[in-house]
Formats: sequence, structure tokens, C-alpha cells
Amino acid sequence: MTTVTGAHSLIKSLEAAGVGVVFGIPGGAILPAYDPLLESPIRHVLMRHEQGAGHAAEGYAQVTGKAGVCMATSGPGATNLVTPIADAFMDSVPLVAITGQVPRPVIGNDAFQEADITGITMPITKHNYKVMEPDSIPDVIAEAFHIATSGRPGPVLVDIPKDVLQAPTSFSWPSSINLPGYRPTVHPNRRQIRAAAELIGGARRPVFYVGGGVHKGRAADELRRLVETVGAPVVTTLMARGIFPDDHELCLGMPGMHGNYAAVTAMQRADLLITLGARFDDRVTGRLDAFAPDAKIIHADIDPAEIGKNRAVDVPIVGDARLTIIELTKAVLHLRSNHGHADLSEWLAEANSWSRDYPLYYEQPADGPVKPQHVVDSFGAATAGEAVVVTGVGQHQMWASQLMPCNNPYSFVTSGGLGTMGFGVPAALGAKVGRPEAPVVCIDGDGCFQMTAQELATATLEKIPFTVAILNNQHLGMVRQWQELFYDRRYSAVHLPPEVPDYVRLAEAYGAVGYRVTEPDEVETVIDKALSVDDRPCVIDFRVDPAENCFPMIPAGASNDDIILGPDPSPEAVLKVRPSLLEEPAEKGA
Amino acid sequence: MASTCHTLSVLVDNKPGVLARISTMFARRGFNIDSLAVGETEDPSVSRMTIAVLAEGSPVEQIVKQLHKVINVLRIAELPHDNTVERELALIKVKVDATRRSEIIETAEIFRGKVVDMDPEALVIEVTGAPEKITAFEELMRPYEILEMARTGRVALSRGAVGLKAPAIRPVPIEDLTAS
Repeated sequence: MTTVTGAHSLIKSLEAAGVGVVFGIPGGAILPAYDPLLESPIRHVLMRHEQGAGHAAEGYAQVTGKAGVCMATSGPGATNLVTPIADAFMDSVPLVAITGQVPRPVIGNDAFQEADITGITMPITKHNYKVMEPDSIPDVIAEAFHIATSGRPGPVLVDIPKDVLQAPTSFSWPSSINLPGYRPTVHPNRRQIRAAAELIGGARRPVFYVGGGVHKGRAADELRRLVETVGAPVVTTLMARGIFPDDHELCLGMPGMHGNYAAVTAMQRADLLITLGARFDDRVTGRLDAFAPDAKIIHADIDPAEIGKNRAVDVPIVGDARLTIIELTKAVLHLRSNHGHADLSEWLAEANSWSRDYPLYYEQPADGPVKPQHVVDSFGAATAGEAVVVTGVGQHQMWASQLMPCNNPYSFVTSGGLGTMGFGVPAALGAKVGRPEAPVVCIDGDGCFQMTAQELATATLEKIPFTVAILNNQHLGMVRQWQELFYDRRYSAVHLPPEVPDYVRLAEAYGAVGYRVTEPDEVETVIDKALSVDDRPCVIDFRVDPAENCFPMIPAGASNDDIILGPDPSPEAVLKVRPSLLEEPAEKGA
Repeated sequence: MASTCHTLSVLVDNKPGVLARISTMFARRGFNIDSLAVGETEDPSVSRMTIAVLAEGSPVEQIVKQLHKVINVLRIAELPHDNTVERELALIKVKVDATRRSEIIETAEIFRGKVVDMDPEALVIEVTGAPEKITAFEELMRPYEILEMARTGRVALSRGAVGLKAPAIRPVPIEDLTAS
């Protein structure tokens, strides 16, 4: 065995782990690792901020299913990774973060650029390592990738002191991993599967409540088979958009705070929620004790700690989403061959009537202002639902989720749990690296865009083309909406002047293409032009109606029964949203 | 709902940082630790943490599940109070003078306490037992004026021959990991 440095051993380990790309920024403590990178087939994408490196790695991971890798130096480099690590933790994104650390002899001495990053990230990583022995590097890297990608995926941080990277060692990739304390349950319990199938067989108003876990389990095809077998309607959470096609007749869309009326109400009226890889998040349930009051709960998740955490469960199933769905499908078919199956047509008709009668609604006046929903709709039409959609966080994120047709899995990339503004641009960059053949559209807000816009420089220089649609409503829009609705229109610190910065010139300064749209009739032509740019990023500054609010909306802490459909409670306005009221004198339900 | 005290016996990797991982998890999730004691087991690569937690029924289940997610946690058992030996050790420094010394020593003897340090003005008494016994002794010493006290937190083992064992080292080939 030849002698190598710890840094060599690290890079060889990353190669052995199948890493194709690393997003990072070098610095003092991580310097030794950057030298052997020059000879490595691994592509290094030099970012402009470590937060961007982390989100790019997340975007890459979400579209490929592989672990995303980011690298940074000690101290500020490492602390700048904290936000993306926390983001990956909340959304169960497989991420391996490599950080340099000050040399072993000065650890704890407040050395230059020292930060206790393993201590800092303990609560926001699935696991982390401080590597004190150069010989342990291959084992640690192998374990890190295994932990990040298996079970419930998540971020793993590996902190390596500079002198460990410089020390002589030997490299040998381990043939096995020994983690006695880590054995995720992947095979679902048969008895629970049977119990779940029986509940499904007896349900009259079942709903599939599908979450990001089914994305992580890469189980889109298996899910479709199960859903079509059962014939029950499906809601897909923000983290699950696209795992079941929106254009399928059984898809009701997104539930939750800004979900569709049909998706929210179907869950409220359900007698059974078939919960797959979802976690009863407060943004979905609203007031927990009023959520789906009549529903029995089947809850399948790979993380046993999610089961029963927020909502008591009738049938718990711990296991891998794909295996669980396959077994459940078999069990449902088996039961059916003996007992036949319930007629769900009345329930489906009712659910479909909600979709029909309470559609997402906006009006685009011909003479402007441009409505943000119209922009999103036009992107949906122009990409025919084939784009990878990436978002920031806020109103634009909700409009993107509501209106972009999500018909393909692994193609909607967003920050769900942590709600990280600034996620969009770097995540779009990472997504494009992961899926270079797909058009990537980042629907962003003017507030979000300004948090990480500098990664346009990275995209231009690395020739990573994607389209950024800034829905420029001159505000931190969601905050403005809450101040309008819940703070008596007392607007505090939410205005962002639309001309500062000049987004077109900013884009051009970064070597990107910049467009501005101020009129409704320009929207489609500019989108077409932007989508044809294939050698660098393209930014469109859509000057949209600053007064537009995102609906439907369930106020924080309210019951899902108290969904607000639109801004204007006047009868004329309500009739526009609910044409069915013309025929039916009494309002149904709620 | 009244919260009750549960004793968890947790086998963990004997590695740096493991205590921090567990204590930050408790803090982050808002679980209350009543007492925590750590020490090596018969296997030097494994430590046993005895954690007394105050919780209602279902949060204990949640605590156990969250503990299982810590990679360095190997095994967890909740020890039922009626089938468990629980012990805690306390050192109590009590103010004395000639008139009260024998009275204090007598009380200590009833609790099978030992005088481990003697000074004209103070006694250090070592007392071992179930936490309730220690608390009872502490209450009796209070009128004499306790100058200082240190308690170890409880350690516990289940009764009988069966006990909590760390899982055998069973390396998993990397190919098998990537296949699943």
C-alpha cells in the first residue's frame, strides 16, 4: 500500500463513494484537500458563498437521489453551511458536508478561523464526525455516505483538521461498514400491512396523504400502481409534488395552508388517511385537534419517531416507502380477491366536485398589472410540465406549487421544512448539474433572489444554464400579506424598491441574460426567449402586481375547515370562485 | 396530566461527544432529564447511561424513538421500577458541634450511611440507596444545616440474569448497503 496524504485519502474516498461533483469554496484549513482535486475526475464547482454550495448540493441531491456533496473551510466557511445543513435536515435531503478544521494541536485554543462545527451542527445533522486520525478517513467517508443516503436520508458533516489532511496515511476503501447503532428498518411488518389493507378495504372515504418520503424512496411508479388499485384520491404535500402526476384524475393537488380547497377538504372529510412518508406537519394539518376529525390513520414512514409524534395512529408501518407500497398493493389485491371492494365512486364524485367548484382562481386583466399567477401559468404552458421547477420561499413558492403542472417525480425542488429564503438560485444550479438534459426553471421572489443572487456568477462561468423568474412584487410578499390580513395593514419593513437593484443590469453584470416584463402580453414571448438560452443563466424581472395575495389560505393555528378561498368575501366575488353556488342554494359543508 | 419518572438504561458507544449528542437532543426536543449518570460497562467500548426522565406515557415513547436515532446509541431499555435495582450515592457535608455529633451519626447509621470525613465543625456522610432514601436522609439532615451536597444521579440494572447487551459487531458489506 502506498503512502498518501490524508487529503489524497479523502479525495480517493469521495471517488470511491461515487461522487461526481463537489460544490465548494476553498480556504486555509481545507487547502490540502484542494490540491489532489486537480488530478481527480471529480468536478468541483466553485461557488461564491458556502450557503450556495450547500443549497446547490441539495438541489443536486433532490433531482438525482444521490448524496449531494459540499466542501468548505473551517470557521466562517463551515458556519456558512449551517443554513443548508439545517435545511437538508428538515427536508431529509442526503447531503455530505466536508469541512476543514484548524490543526489538532490548536483545537480549543480559539485559533484563527476556528469554530466548533461538529458541536454547532449536532442538532441539525443526522450524524457528524470530527476526524482525528488520518487512517480513519476512508471508513468515515464510507459511513457518512451510507448514513446520509439510507434510512431517512439527511445531512452528515465530516470535519477534518488541516494536519490530518497533511499527515501521511494509507488509503484503502473499506469492504464493509460497522455501525451497530444504526440499522434502519426497511422491511414493513406483514401484520401491519395486512391491518392497513383491511382498513383500506373497509374505508368509504379514503385519501392518500403522500409526503416527501415517497420521493426519497423513489417510489413514483409503485405509488401509482397502489393508488390506481385502491382508486382513492391523492394529495401530494409540498415535498411530494410530482411524485403522483397532477394531471391524473385521482390527484387533488397540494394540501395545507395554501393548498387546494379539494385537497384540504378531502382530508377533512376522509374516513381514512393512507399516509405515506408524510409527517403531519403543522403547515398541512392546521390546528391539529381539528384535522381530519373522522379519519382513521395509516401512517407509513421509515422513521419510527414520526409515527404518533403529532397524530395518534391506527396502523403504524415502519419501513422503506417503496417496499411498503409494493407490499401494501399486494395485500390490497389479495384481500380484494376474497372480499371484493368498496364502491368509492360517490366519494370520488364528491372530491371531484370540490376540484371543479373551488378551483384555484385569479384574473389577469388585459391591461395589467401582470399577475404573478399568470407568469407561473405561462411557464407551466411553455415547459409543458417537463421542466425541473425550483423555488425560493414565500408567495411565489406557493404559486409555483399550486400552478406549475407537476407531472414528473423528482422535478420539484423546494425548501419545505426550514423555509429557507435564498434557496432557489443555488438549488437550481445544483439541479441543473444533476439533470443537465432537463430545462430548469427557478420561480423566485425579489426578496429571495437577493439573498443568493451571486451564484449567477458561478452559473455563468461554469456554463450552467437555467432560467430565474423573479416575481418582483416589490415586497417580502408573504410577510406583506400577513401584515395586511393579520396586522391591520400596518406594513413594517417589507418594501423592496423594484428598481434597486436593477435586476436586468445585475444579471448582465454577472454575464447572464436579463429581461424585464411589465405588460401581460409580453409574458409568453419573453418566457420563450428565456427558455431558448442554453449557454448561461437567464433572469427575468417580472414586475407583478404587488397587492396580489396567495389564496386559498388557512390562517396559522386555524382549523382546516376555516379555509379562506379568496380576498373578497362579497357575493359577486365568491360566485366567480364558486360557480356551483348558482345552482345550489346552500353552501355545502365547511 | 401528572408526569411520572421513567428510568432509561441506554448503551452507547464510548466515544467523545456522545454525551453531548444525547443531552442536546433532550434539550432540543424539550424533554426533561431528572438525572443522568454515565460510566463504562463491562465492555470498555460501551458506556451505559442511566437517564431518569420526567414524562407522560406517550412522550416516553417519543424520547426512546428519538434516542434510537442517535447513531451512537446501541440499545435502550426502559426499566420498570418494580423489577429494577436503583441506586444513587450522595455525599452530604453537615455542620456539627460536640452536642449534636452523636445524634447525626446515629441517624446516618439508621440509613446505613458512613462518615467519610470528620472535622470539629463538619461531617461528610456517604449514603447510598434508592433516590427516595437519599432524599429522605437529606430532609433529616436539613435541620442541622447542610453545608454542601453532591449526588451522583441514579444508576440502575434490571433484576435477574437477563440484561441489556450491546449488539454484536456485525459489519455489513458495502455492496449489500448500496443494493438496498
